[in-house]
Amino acid sequence: MSSSPLGTPSRKAPVLAINGLTVEYPLADGTRLTAAADVDLEIAAGEIHALVGESGAGKTTVGNALMGLLQAPGKIAAGSIAIDGRVIDTRTGRIEGIVPGRDIGAIFQDPMTSLNPLFTVESQLCETMRHHLRLGRDEARDRALSLLRAVGIPEPERRLKAYPHQLSGGQRQRVVIASALTCDPRLIVADEPTTALDVSVQAQILKLIRGLADDRGVGVLLVTHNMGVVAEIADRVTIMLRGRVVETGPVAKVLRSPEHPYARTLIGAVPRLDVKTRRLPVPSEEGPQTAKAREAVRRQLAASGSIGTTADEILSVSKLCVEYGGHGLLPGLSGKPFRAVDEVSFTVRKGEIFGLVGESGCGKTTVANTIAGLVRPSAGEVRLAGNRIGATRPAPLRRAMQMVFQDPYSALNPRLKVAKALAEPIAFYRLAANRAEATEDAALLLEAVGLERQAGERYPHAFSGGQRQRIAIARALAPRPSFLLCDEPTSSLDVSVQAQILNLLKDISEITGLSILFISHDLAVVRQMCNRVAVMKGGRIVELADAETLFAAPRHAYTRELLSLVPSLEKL
Amino acid sequence: MIAAIGSRLMQAVLVMLAVTAIAFVMFRYVGDPVAMMSREDATPAEKAELRSSLGLDRPVLVQYGGFVTRVLRGDLGNSFRNQRPVVELLAERLPATLELVLVATLLALAVGLPLGVFCALKPDGAIARAIQTLSLVGISMPTFVTGIALILVFSVTLRWLPSFGRGDVVHVGGWTTGFLTWTGLTSLILPAITLALYQLTLIMRLVRAEMIDVLSSDYIRFAKARGLPAHYINFRLALRNALMPVVTVTGLQIGSLIAFAIVTETVFQWPGMGLLFIQAVSFADVPVMAAYLLFVGFLFVVINMAVDVIYALIDPRLRARST
Amino acid sequence: MSAVTARNLPRRRARLALPVSVMVALVVVAIMLFAAFAAPLIAPTDPTDVGKFDLMSSELPPAFMPDGDPRYLLGTDNQGRDLFSAILYGARISILIGGGAVLVAATLGVTLGLMAGFFGGFVDALIMRIGDVILSLPTILLALLVSGLARAISPEAATAQWAPIILIGAIAINEWVQYARTVRAATMVEASKDYVRAARVIGYSPIRIMLRHILPNVMSPVMVIATINLAAAMLTEATLSFLGVGMPPTYPSLGTLIRIGNEFVFSGIWWIATFPALVLVVLVLAVNIVGDWLRDRFNPKLTRR
Repeated sequence: MSSSPLGTPSRKAPVLAINGLTVEYPLADGTRLTAAADVDLEIAAGEIHALVGESGAGKTTVGNALMGLLQAPGKIAAGSIAIDGRVIDTRTGRIEGIVPGRDIGAIFQDPMTSLNPLFTVESQLCETMRHHLRLGRDEARDRALSLLRAVGIPEPERRLKAYPHQLSGGQRQRVVIASALTCDPRLIVADEPTTALDVSVQAQILKLIRGLADDRGVGVLLVTHNMGVVAEIADRVTIMLRGRVVETGPVAKVLRSPEHPYARTLIGAVPRLDVKTRRLPVPSEEGPQTAKAREAVRRQLAASGSIGTTADEILSVSKLCVEYGGHGLLPGLSGKPFRAVDEVSFTVRKGEIFGLVGESGCGKTTVANTIAGLVRPSAGEVRLAGNRIGATRPAPLRRAMQMVFQDPYSALNPRLKVAKALAEPIAFYRLAANRAEATEDAALLLEAVGLERQAGERYPHAFSGGQRQRIAIARALAPRPSFLLCDEPTSSLDVSVQAQILNLLKDISEITGLSILFISHDLAVVRQMCNRVAVMKGGRIVELADAETLFAAPRHAYTRELLSLVPSLEKL
Repeated sequence: MIAAIGSRLMQAVLVMLAVTAIAFVMFRYVGDPVAMMSREDATPAEKAELRSSLGLDRPVLVQYGGFVTRVLRGDLGNSFRNQRPVVELLAERLPATLELVLVATLLALAVGLPLGVFCALKPDGAIARAIQTLSLVGISMPTFVTGIALILVFSVTLRWLPSFGRGDVVHVGGWTTGFLTWTGLTSLILPAITLALYQLTLIMRLVRAEMIDVLSSDYIRFAKARGLPAHYINFRLALRNALMPVVTVTGLQIGSLIAFAIVTETVFQWPGMGLLFIQAVSFADVPVMAAYLLFVGFLFVVINMAVDVIYALIDPRLRARST
Repeated sequence: MSAVTARNLPRRRARLALPVSVMVALVVVAIMLFAAFAAPLIAPTDPTDVGKFDLMSSELPPAFMPDGDPRYLLGTDNQGRDLFSAILYGARISILIGGGAVLVAATLGVTLGLMAGFFGGFVDALIMRIGDVILSLPTILLALLVSGLARAISPEAATAQWAPIILIGAIAINEWVQYARTVRAATMVEASKDYVRAARVIGYSPIRIMLRHILPNVMSPVMVIATINLAAAMLTEATLSFLGVGMPPTYPSLGTLIRIGNEFVFSGIWWIATFPALVLVVLVLAVNIVGDWLRDRFNPKLTRR
């Protein structure tokens, strides 16, 4: 692992040297949008350099500019780029004289959409080689085989003839990596290469990339928003904010003691896996109205929370089973049923935050949907405050359970003004005496989640992802529930925004005593949020314990494996 | 995939049953066949005899069953108008319509595909915009207006091409073809263009839309990131992806071309099945109408199935199950 | 996580920035609508009044030609009717029938599509099967059948009173499937979105969710289809009339006029067919231009999230 601290000239020319790069988009009305300004970056041979930032930071823009993929009318307005010592001509606003694919390899985020579904693996690997290196068919094929072996794909001869949809997600990404290496480039640009993958697969791919950098001396520009990934394999890191570089340096130094205030906020916002903090250390954006509004909401919830809360258990799930399929196309042709949820049992106590964690496909979302009544179980039962519930809930319990979903962009009806969306459930359940009161209640809810009352007059598209999620939480609180189901509520959000929303949920739970079932794939988030945790795999619960116990001394092998695979800052 | 074909077959059978049911209802209940087939001054007794000889006094389901078996045997009754077996009439007219439709399809594909690709590659160019506008005109002109306009220009004014009929035909086996004579070929030109125009614009617009869509997809972006040359990306990769839905649509269009041929044949007095059908409609010649309906329905079902099978063969996602 | 793409660039606040062609098309449509519905007021003569037919002045060329009669702006047809008036009335009936067919098809199609998409299961399968069977037959064929059957059942069907209704039915019977399919697909997409799931968890009734939450969000593709459909419906009606099974000569639509004129094309009397054809094409073209623009404007891939 070779690394050169910034400022020391290295003897070999760096694989990539960017100086003062500025990318602009001229707009229709004559102004210009600056996506990246004055960016300096250097990558040495064999170095993995992480380029980090939240949405709109400009990191993807830099990657695109390098690969010649800037969408018109974007262009390089200033700055110089040198690859392997060769300066690239950027006067035309695009890179000239360097050939993407041959001199620079590319890895994109989603392997399913990166590969053309109609062509075989062999065809897609070989076309690059045959074009750039003028290889014959057999030569290209042999090279493709050795590349597949280098990226760790078993039975490469068989895989050559396969189509993308016949491979698993991890295998597809390995193929993508192989295709980035076909012409032995000096530099690889990897744009969020593991974001779309499972934790275990992610760990393997990261290891692969690290190995390639070490063995082949390739320089890797790793564009990502995940600090854990940075900690895991990067040598140096550059942090961007609104198009500019705010801090750069060796990973260990920057992540342990960041200097720039934004860098400190960003790194502080990453949920820790090793210890639970009371709140995540991000500056709060909430105003003076917030505390008052929250107190009002608390009173409302206490007064008309619909469950006579004598019971200690709010939610109890016993031997829940959900099966899919099992019906062939014609009667008589049987398909095997697929058990998404297999005899799952747990309880959520009053006032606690219970975490359900697992990788994608483990069944946690199905459990959530079943509890919410959106899916029918094939066996087992769900009880809310002792009463059995299914697809429909008995009248007094109908508003007792509410849900917050993952995607803030589809969580709000685009045609309803925010205030209306909040007032609708209040009016529906007659929780207010008249319309004026309902409107006032809606305004209070908005303030309680940290927004202004005036936000109610606007439509959802006027808000950012984090703000929309706040509105969604407000809407979930509107019917004054006793129990909140949160299904990956922050997985689509930027790191700092995620921290704010998590703090919001913590605050609300603390102030109002709301019980929460918190579902996530992110172990660190679950650590920070939950009192008790259940780990799911393959439709079953493999371990259920107090959060502290589970994370400090996990008993099940799978839990231990999961914890070891998660890329996190604490492993530095 | 076998299961998919199975469900398609079932659907096809359902459609055919529905179509035959409609045809049967037409036969049995529309108009009074007895009145149409007997003389003006027939006595009630003679009418009753005719009725029972036609089997019209038996229960409805039995009649339907008889109808279906007759259809399967190829007996579609006699035309009210000229008392000839309908099957014979259809068989006589079939070659004319099929040849016309075939030429029109080839024409529409040969012109529409390249134009669509061209417009997709340079969507903002002047030529592409002009073609787009013209295509709007193309789908705004009803087939018969196109036909009449062509006749006015090429037959009446310029006197280059014939304006009606099929020209001289050659009998080959059971088929009559106009491909082998000069008048046969020239007579084919104007009707084929007329019929092709609407479909041509449809194909062009579809290809353009699909290509533009594909060109903005992730895998094409990835191909660009690998430095593959533009013409390779456009013609070897993107075109291949874009053509998939075009195959489906074109296949289905052949079926509707046969229906549109009705209009073209009317304008040009082309002696095909469409003209036969129109004449049957104006004379309320129910057996011919019903038979045409059955035939076209059957053809559609066959074409739909063929399209599904072809699509399944060329899309690897449907062809092979995951390993 | 969102890259700056050309699509995400902030746009200037959208004024009603219509391309020139679309504005012209809208004006054309407006003029035609007005002229057609004001026909009884502005037409010099009433072409449907059989008593007024003056065979002596039949087949006269348009006023601007050498041997034309200044009374008849666009000439007369074989019955001595003023072609200009006939075109005005013809345009009116064409628009009425086309619009009527679209209205019927859209109402039926949207309702069935909503139900199919929202309830799924048996309801969905039933509606889609029926739609598939209907779609196996091309529009023209179906429309011809309906018209032909109507005539066979009762000769009255050919009269001017009944023909419009039968035509509307004949065209709509095929068209509704398109609406149903599109609305069904859009409903399924919306139903899987979180705000609909949230509405279900909140506890709203299915009807309320369908009408207040889903329907407003699936209407934009419906409007696009309706416009393009209007053009197609008018063309279908014209085709049916041209083939002789549409509006009768006593109350002709544009297609009927073209049919009449077709017989005179060879003898040099070109105006009877040409003017109605021109009007028809211009009208349909204008509607298509608007429809095309609507489709581009409402394309979900081009709108910002």
